Amino acid sequence: MPPHDEMRADAPCGAFGPAPLDIAPLDIASLDHVLGGGLALGRVHEIYAAEPEDAAAAAGFALTLASRLAQDRQHALLWLRPLRAMRLGGLPHGEGWAELGGAPGMALLGVVHDAMALLRATVDALRCPALGGVIAESWGPMRELDLTASRRLTLAAEKSGVPLLLLRLDAAPVPSAAQTRWEVASAPSQALPGHAPGAPTFDITLLRQKSGPCGMSWRLEWDRDQCIFREAPLSGSLVSVPADGPAQRSGAGRGAGRKTGRSAA
Amino acid sequence: MLVAKVKGARRLAAVNSMAQASGLFPGMALADARACHPHLAVAEMDEAADRHWLKRLAQHCACWSPRVMLAPPDGLTLETTGAEHLFGGEAGLAAQVEDRLGEMGMTLRLAIASTPEGAQALARHGHFPVADERQALRALPVAALGLDAEATQALNRAGLKTIANLASRSAASIAARFGIGAVTALRRLLNEEQAPVDPLVHPEPLHFERRFAEPVALQASVAAYFLDLLREAGRALEERGLGGRRFTLTLFRSDGARHRLAIETGLPTRDPAPIMRLFDERIAALADPLDPGFGYDRITLFVPLTEPLAASQPALGGKEPEEEALSTLIDRLSTRLGPGAVRRLVPRDSHIPEQTQLALPAIEIREPVRWTAPPAGEPPMRPLFLFDPPQPVEVVAEVPDGPPYRFRWKRKLHEVRLYEGPERIAAEWWRRKGGEEPGKGGLTRDYYRIEDVRGRRYWIFRHGLYEEKPDPLWYVHGLFA
Repeated sequence: MPPHDEMRADAPCGAFGPAPLDIAPLDIASLDHVLGGGLALGRVHEIYAAEPEDAAAAAGFALTLASRLAQDRQHALLWLRPLRAMRLGGLPHGEGWAELGGAPGMALLGVVHDAMALLRATVDALRCPALGGVIAESWGPMRELDLTASRRLTLAAEKSGVPLLLLRLDAAPVPSAAQTRWEVASAPSQALPGHAPGAPTFDITLLRQKSGPCGMSWRLEWDRDQCIFREAPLSGSLVSVPADGPAQRSGAGRGAGRKTGRSAA
Repeated sequence: MLVAKVKGARRLAAVNSMAQASGLFPGMALADARACHPHLAVAEMDEAADRHWLKRLAQHCACWSPRVMLAPPDGLTLETTGAEHLFGGEAGLAAQVEDRLGEMGMTLRLAIASTPEGAQALARHGHFPVADERQALRALPVAALGLDAEATQALNRAGLKTIANLASRSAASIAARFGIGAVTALRRLLNEEQAPVDPLVHPEPLHFERRFAEPVALQASVAAYFLDLLREAGRALEERGLGGRRFTLTLFRSDGARHRLAIETGLPTRDPAPIMRLFDERIAALADPLDPGFGYDRITLFVPLTEPLAASQPALGGKEPEEEALSTLIDRLSTRLGPGAVRRLVPRDSHIPEQTQLALPAIEIREPVRWTAPPAGEPPMRPLFLFDPPQPVEVVAEVPDGPPYRFRWKRKLHEVRLYEGPERIAAEWWRRKGGEEPGKGGLTRDYYRIEDVRGRRYWIFRHGLYEEKPDPLWYVHGLFA
């Protein structure tokens, strides 16, 4: 890359405020307001699973978000996974993916051996403007992803306009150059008639946003047919859990702390 | 015995010697043949396979002559001028051909003549070897002209039984009665006119090499020579209107060691720069780096796999088309991470959940694949992640045949809040030997979609019904988002 290109990519988000962004609204008023209009394309967004068991929920949120971001662009999605993710998290299942509103036939699945290969492949992928989005999945702490690496990913994403969803499973948040950082947990769904599980529901918390407010939580339900998120009604989902039961502290209690500020990591 | 459909009737197309001996002949209706011999073994004629096999044989015959012509449906013509002496003359060549093709299980009729048509006619209707070729040809029946059945019959009815009979008439009268085709065939057979030949082309392999008088050890020099080779290959490919999809570079070290590097691309290419980049990736991905030692004295480039590639004009503005950008990315990642590292999910027609998809290398599947859209208004019925193999789980159910009440997976207890099921998926008994008998078709699975109190959604199944197995086991097969 010639040096002047690098400078041009770098300059707008330096001292002169954020670069003019391509923004994809998520069509939830409170969420879009906090994000300043919507989720920025051409940026890095980190998605952490609240607990290791929430890995599928976090991956599901990343995929639904990606299909939401790439909705009007008929572009391929690249999902990079480390080899151990296949063992720990299972293999992506095309039918289930299609039922989440994704296009598994258009997407590409990349398997890498270690964290270094994952980061290199991610940077390469972000430089390809033909992609509609990149999901990089990682399990466990990733020492290789320091601030420099994170900055490099951001630069690559800014240059091509391809959003990167960095899926961090079984890991604690570390400082990074990402635009937003989310924590995702699975949430009880709206039961269908006959006590059947309903549409995918997520509890998401905005842990950090670059030069923006953070610390808010939402409970979102994914409507696959219209390809939008909806704010899930709070009531009903918590009634079956006793208020002071053993589940209160770790999981179901999350709903109680909604809309309260949490310190950014 | 082979049959084919001719004008709506099933007729014999080819018969073996035993059938011939018992009075059957090609063209006979199958019903008539069955009437004579009720226990005929009959197979359908597969013309495409025959053509394919004939082509394979023709390629094989290239060891006797560089010019091999196809004479469909069942003949080959070899131009042996100047090649017989290598095999001990005409007789030696004929013996060798008969031997080698006989080993492959072919029944041969062969003949050598001075024209391709003459050789074909002698092989099909005469005998070999002949004392006087001209006499032998003139003694052949008119069928040897290779005209259609109607014309042959007309010639026979006119009393013209042999080539000699026909040749004694004037060309004008033959043409007037039997068409100009008969005259041409006759003239060609008697070597009065040359027919155009259409030999199978054996393209020269795309093999390029550089030899050095002094071993070259400097990496930059090797790279420069290699780039030179790539340009040469690019020119050769352009001449043929092809693009390479696989490139093999072999480095011969002066002490006899050799390194072989291969790359593959998703789209055919002949542009040196991207190929060079892919080789750089390949070299960077090597476990032990290339050691030039005392230098290389020879480098070769081979292009084993090619595809047609027309010259294309870049779009106005010089922007790289998106498809190309994507395929470049796939090539790079596949080269660095391994050929199967980037995959595409392709649906497969099966109802066994773990067999409903194939993950095929993206370098092979270039076009996006369509998955059927799920029905509107339904929650996801299949999980996003599938465990292969399924993970065992301890389940407590209220009634033996009922849904799980709580389960323990990975040493954690999960209380079931919502469930849907069972969705019963039977084993593919028709694939098993004796599977149609009760109890031998494999175990049925009862799948439940389950949500626990924390909102996590699982796909759990009981492997076996209670009537199939006294104590069926439970497994987690997948996770929903």
